[in-house]
Amino acid sequence: MPAQTIIFEPDDKYNAFLKVCNKPSHTNGKLAGITVAVKDNISTSGIETTCASKILKGYVPPYDAHVVGLVKQAGAAIAGKTNMDEFGMGTTTENSAFGPTLNPRDTGRVPGGSSGGSAAAVAAGMVRMALGTDTGGSIRCPAAFCGIVGLKPTYGRVSRYGLIAYANSLEQIGPMGKTVSDVSTLMGVIAGYDRHDSTSQNKPYDHIPRADIKGLKIGIPAEYFGKGVDPQVAAVVKKAIGRLEELGASTVPCSIPSMEYALAAYYVTCTCEASSNLARFDGVRYGPAADTKKSWHDAYQEVRSAAFGTEVRRRIMLGTFALSSGYYGKYYSKAQVARENVRKDFQRIFQEVDVIAGPTMPTIAFRLKEKSDPLSMYLADILTVPANLAGIPAISVPCGKSEGMPVGLQIMGRHFEDERVVDVAYAYEQAVN
Amino acid sequence: MAEEETQVIVGLEVHCQLDTKSKLFCGCSTDYRSDGPNTHVCPICLGLPGAMPALNKRAIEYAMKVAKALNCEIVNESEFSRKNYFYPDLDKAYQITQYDKPLAEGGYLEIESDAGGEKKIRLTRIHVEEDPGRLVHMGNVERGKYSLVDYNRAGVPLIEIVSEPDMRSPKEARKFLNKLRATLEYLSVFDSEKEGSLRVDANISIKGHERVEVKNITSYKGVEKALTFEVTRQKNLIRRGQRIERETRHFLEGRGVTQSARSKEQEHDYRYFPEPDLRPLRVKSWVDGIVLPELPDARRERFMAQYGCSLNHARTLTGDLKLANFFEKVVSSDPKGLSPLASTWIADTLIGELNYRDMGLDPVDPESIAALVRLLKAGTITDKSGVEVLRVMLDQRLKKEKTETPDAIVTRLGLTKTTGDTGAIAAAIEEAINDNPKALEDYRNGEGKAINFLVGQVMKKTRGKADPAELNRMLNEALKKRGA
Ligand SMILES: [Zn+2]
Repeated sequence: MPAQTIIFEPDDKYNAFLKVCNKPSHTNGKLAGITVAVKDNISTSGIETTCASKILKGYVPPYDAHVVGLVKQAGAAIAGKTNMDEFGMGTTTENSAFGPTLNPRDTGRVPGGSSGGSAAAVAAGMVRMALGTDTGGSIRCPAAFCGIVGLKPTYGRVSRYGLIAYANSLEQIGPMGKTVSDVSTLMGVIAGYDRHDSTSQNKPYDHIPRADIKGLKIGIPAEYFGKGVDPQVAAVVKKAIGRLEELGASTVPCSIPSMEYALAAYYVTCTCEASSNLARFDGVRYGPAADTKKSWHDAYQEVRSAAFGTEVRRRIMLGTFALSSGYYGKYYSKAQVARENVRKDFQRIFQEVDVIAGPTMPTIAFRLKEKSDPLSMYLADILTVPANLAGIPAISVPCGKSEGMPVGLQIMGRHFEDERVVDVAYAYEQAVN
Repeated sequence: MAEEETQVIVGLEVHCQLDTKSKLFCGCSTDYRSDGPNTHVCPICLGLPGAMPALNKRAIEYAMKVAKALNCEIVNESEFSRKNYFYPDLDKAYQITQYDKPLAEGGYLEIESDAGGEKKIRLTRIHVEEDPGRLVHMGNVERGKYSLVDYNRAGVPLIEIVSEPDMRSPKEARKFLNKLRATLEYLSVFDSEKEGSLRVDANISIKGHERVEVKNITSYKGVEKALTFEVTRQKNLIRRGQRIERETRHFLEGRGVTQSARSKEQEHDYRYFPEPDLRPLRVKSWVDGIVLPELPDARRERFMAQYGCSLNHARTLTGDLKLANFFEKVVSSDPKGLSPLASTWIADTLIGELNYRDMGLDPVDPESIAALVRLLKAGTITDKSGVEVLRVMLDQRLKKEKTETPDAIVTRLGLTKTTGDTGAIAAAIEEAINDNPKALEDYRNGEGKAINFLVGQVMKKTRGKADPAELNRMLNEALKKRGA
């Protein structure tokens, strides 16, 4: 079938895009003519891909990420590359070398992160769907903050080939959209086995959302409504869970004691992996060269100090430290034990319940520059990282407002039961609209 | 110093490229040597952002073949790890290798010990890893204007075979390497003739002293050379009462010396951790399906039993896959008749002449050697003429001239043994005696050695064609006639 082109000239008031494709071409298929925005850490052949970092300025991948190939094959038009926290390291999209993205619901606030550009592009109606990536909540957080739907698939369900790695063992590419149906449709396009990703599983997603949740058992973990969670946000989410009960579901209180160590396990694991993944960016093959002629090691140091942002340098140093000899056992090994405990907690709970529900984020979207100290920003990830540590699917669906800002309801499910979390989100969405 | 106090202890880490068609984690061809730089590359072996490794099963099968042949234990679950370090030839800034969970552990390889007899060299482990790219320094390393990087080699599968410190001399280390090479070639997983297909790091110490690691040895001969240099260096230090530093040294092949690596290079902390993009390897069950071919030791025994080769000849002939195949082709038309002569002519004479010419076996066809052996066996030419014919044959091949059959060479040079042509021999004897009155005098005075000199003179005059037995008989008679 002949390729067609569309004109895409969005009024990007929110700095959602790092690169706009004005005349993207597309073919026919499930997504024919639909504009899909792609987070800038997903490789797009012939389109600059920077991870919102100066060190990748000018890098044009010679190949498409597996998911980009699939989305194109399905007929979608690649609308452009969206802003993000540099290399995915952040919860606000303020850590972009190319300026923050603003939340379309309130431009004084952040859109969440790290897939903030993708979320803002969808929330502002610039595109119908977007691809994000979720390492510790990077799809669900901006979905919640911008009032859209975002799914982090089961680890291994979507190929990561072409996703510029930040923390390989935690991250997944996932769909974002205004409705659960759109998210489900995009998920159907991108899921499935890819021989280029050895961690991918042969579990295609071929599903049409169903709103019937009669008899569903929902676990309500105490930790998701406890200390650190804004009471107003908790109240909105509890009300939303009440709607699910009205639809025939029942709730069961539960507890995830391992959550006490989840954040630590998450940050040790992701910084260790990041320190190794990002070591290749050397100012020779990527990024700006050193100003003056220097020895390899000196030039390498100079370029990396200048071209990486503060948060990226912080995480590289943390990871390098945690992996160094004498500390590996104290940090990396321990983190893997803690991670295993999180997995076991979920396994235990999922023997009694079908899904687990709670808030996606402990608060509504932060004001710009509100999270200036890194630790308080890390703490905001507490409700999203457990799903990444366990590798289970989790979706965020808008469930009301607090202080006029959207709140996200998070539904987590068993491994490879992405369909079920989609159904629960769909049931809620249908009931309130 | 007493022998006991200078006991040499050597352990080797041998890196061999596995001769697979494609690289370890991508589909790029490994046949890059005759092509331009960076022509056998893709996003994966260039380490482009987002690219992920996908394991080449064949490489694992090859490594397991080696492990089985070397009597190693395949572990239940092995794992790939990242070895993190910065160097421009390492495109991802980490090498995917195996660290605390190698593919195989234990095992041994038998070599001929210095004391004679067989000796088991124990192995610690075998693991699989990817080769880095290659740097080409333009100008000298310290002050070169620039360096070029070629990633054709990046991602070629390697196995690292680590031995226990069981070797007791540089010579044993060389024997270990030769035996290892032969074994890998018998398994058809390795091509020793490909440039850079083998690299060795050697650990060497004198008993009771610190251990030194010599890196960067890239040839078989280099290992013995580097270790011999180290033994002398370390013994000299001990003799002078100096301490041997625990350090890494580089072998400078051209100068035949080792040189201390800059201390910076010794402070590596590789920050190993499991490669998150690859799953653990559970392949122990494949081991039963691996059928090993006949290996060097078995072939050596067979050569002795089937062809009556001596232990030494059998060892030489089977110590190299090509040579063993060559021998069997030479004798194939008449194994019983040709083997005794063929084994010494190939294992001793041919090898010696090839080494002298720094020449490989490839240009020599088994049929022409078989023809030469047949001439020798029939008594058509003497051993001396045989060597001459062989030299002509090899020189023609070396210089890529038109080749002649051994029979043609014999005819052209008139090398047919002069049995029965007593006239020519008699004349030569007369001449030799007349030309060398001193020898005659010595012989008369009872110096038996003088006759050897005269035999040599006669041989020279007859250009080696005289049958040695006949010559001896006639020379004795001639001397008797002159009253000696
Ligand atoms: Zn390749």
